[in-house]
Amino acid sequence: MSVIEVNKLTKYYGKARGIIDVSFKVEEGEIFGFIGPNGAGKSTTIRLLLSLIYPTSGSATLFGRDAIKYGPELRQDIGYLPSEVFYYERMKVIDLLKYSASFYKKDCTRRMHELAELMELDMNRRIEDLSYGNKKKVGIVQGLLHRPKLLFLDEPTSGLDPLMQRKFFHLIREENARGVTVFFSSHILGEVQRLCDRVGIIKEGRIIEISDIRSLQQNNYKKIHIAAKSLDVSSFDIAGVNKLERTNGGVRFFYKGNINTIMRKISEIDLSDVTIEEPTLEEIFMHYYE
Amino acid sequence: MSTNIYLHEFRTRLQSVIIWSLAVMAIIFVYFSLFPSFADQAALLNKMIANFPPDFLAAFGMNGVDMSTVMGFFSFVFLFVQICLAIQAANYGFGLVSIEESELTVDFLLSKPVTRAHILTSKLLAAFTSLTITNIVVWISSFVVISLFRSGREYEVRTLVLLLASIVIFQLFFLTVGVVVSLLVKRVRNVTPYAMALAFGSYVLSAFSAMLGDTLLEKITPFKHFDPNYIIRNGAYDRPLVAISIVIIVVSLLGSYWLYTRRDIPAVA
Repeated sequence: MSVIEVNKLTKYYGKARGIIDVSFKVEEGEIFGFIGPNGAGKSTTIRLLLSLIYPTSGSATLFGRDAIKYGPELRQDIGYLPSEVFYYERMKVIDLLKYSASFYKKDCTRRMHELAELMELDMNRRIEDLSYGNKKKVGIVQGLLHRPKLLFLDEPTSGLDPLMQRKFFHLIREENARGVTVFFSSHILGEVQRLCDRVGIIKEGRIIEISDIRSLQQNNYKKIHIAAKSLDVSSFDIAGVNKLERTNGGVRFFYKGNINTIMRKISEIDLSDVTIEEPTLEEIFMHYYE
Repeated sequence: MSTNIYLHEFRTRLQSVIIWSLAVMAIIFVYFSLFPSFADQAALLNKMIANFPPDFLAAFGMNGVDMSTVMGFFSFVFLFVQICLAIQAANYGFGLVSIEESELTVDFLLSKPVTRAHILTSKLLAAFTSLTITNIVVWISSFVVISLFRSGREYEVRTLVLLLASIVIFQLFFLTVGVVVSLLVKRVRNVTPYAMALAFGSYVLSAFSAMLGDTLLEKITPFKHFDPNYIIRNGAYDRPLVAISIVIIVVSLLGSYWLYTRRDIPAVA
């Protein structure tokens, strides 16, 4: 059974586009990356799944049940960390977390303290006195304290310093190892690459690609850098070669196609050096947005 | 209803309730403490009032009122109390769901396992509890101040009770209308102007209708539905007008639930 199943979900804000015909599935125990630039519809999708907003058409199920109809029940098992965290400013951290915990049927006290300790969060301060990074930590703790089975993370790392980011990723991996399904939206590809099994790429409200990270990298472009003394750049101007550019003493390009064709071409040259790499997700991503 | 939301909401508003209650109490005490000196000069005062243009008197609810009687003078004080209560209730109404949206805490609340209807019910009950505290303070202050300063003059307790009993519906009117209007507009950025507009707007409508004798305008403003002057002169409510207040409250409530359970929560930025 898929934990998240989205079927032709469409949202218009009046005439403004939110998302159009978005369909995808996330399986149990998966970390699903959701990539796209700002305004592509990442938050809209998450907000629809949490029934913060209602779809224009289409449907979605979580744990096999309708996301809107059974929303309140389903949210017992859902944790949400929004991209921008805002809490009741005049409350103390501990009171906010207790308030958050009071919505769930189970006792969350122990987990709450564990998480706060892990994230080095001072619980006796008022929310209004916290820095942005510390507010984000409050967000992480309140999103996880009820041991959710499904996590929605909407650009979760902004505002966290690199050390905290590492801790946070470690935490997410731990949760995932216990069977928690994670929906991870981000425009930072590096972190998606580090964490996710599969990715969906969203552009201007539509899903343009869903695949697992490895095949996205492998079945796609190779990044080739050739260094040679005498080199005729135009000889690489063949089908499958992309973004050909001359570098200091060589050429660099992306290649997609039969790998033997390009290898034969390269072997004709008197090389001084060659590197063939998987492109980073960043580079693949740029390709989708050209 | 969710007890945790109710308590959270109630606590959030506690400071405001205390301030409003003290303010209303002060108004009642300060104004009514003037009664003995007014009453002593009753003949002079009533003569002076008679010299004012009738339109002016109508606007301040003073026509046909004998300021030398306890209830006559109290009705004049009560109008000010009503204005305060209207602003307070409208404030809570407009802020009930819109503050969470403008301060962006609504994502936190709505991503919890609770239905929107439960949220709205808990919030409404918490606000109503807060208003009731102020209401009780008005009751106590009124009885205390009258017993202290009536300078031996008699008054009809039944009329006073009737007057004070009108507060509940009066508050509910501004609370519920505030909520439904805040849900009809796309975003309430600042609650105060809306609350002021509704409260003073209603008052001015009532004042104008008193001046012009306009029967259409008085149908929609609770200041007219619960005109202290009318209640004291007749020892009864103007029942058809009170019914209008109640109908507006019910419609606003139903509308609020309908709108809130279907509302798209605006995102950050």
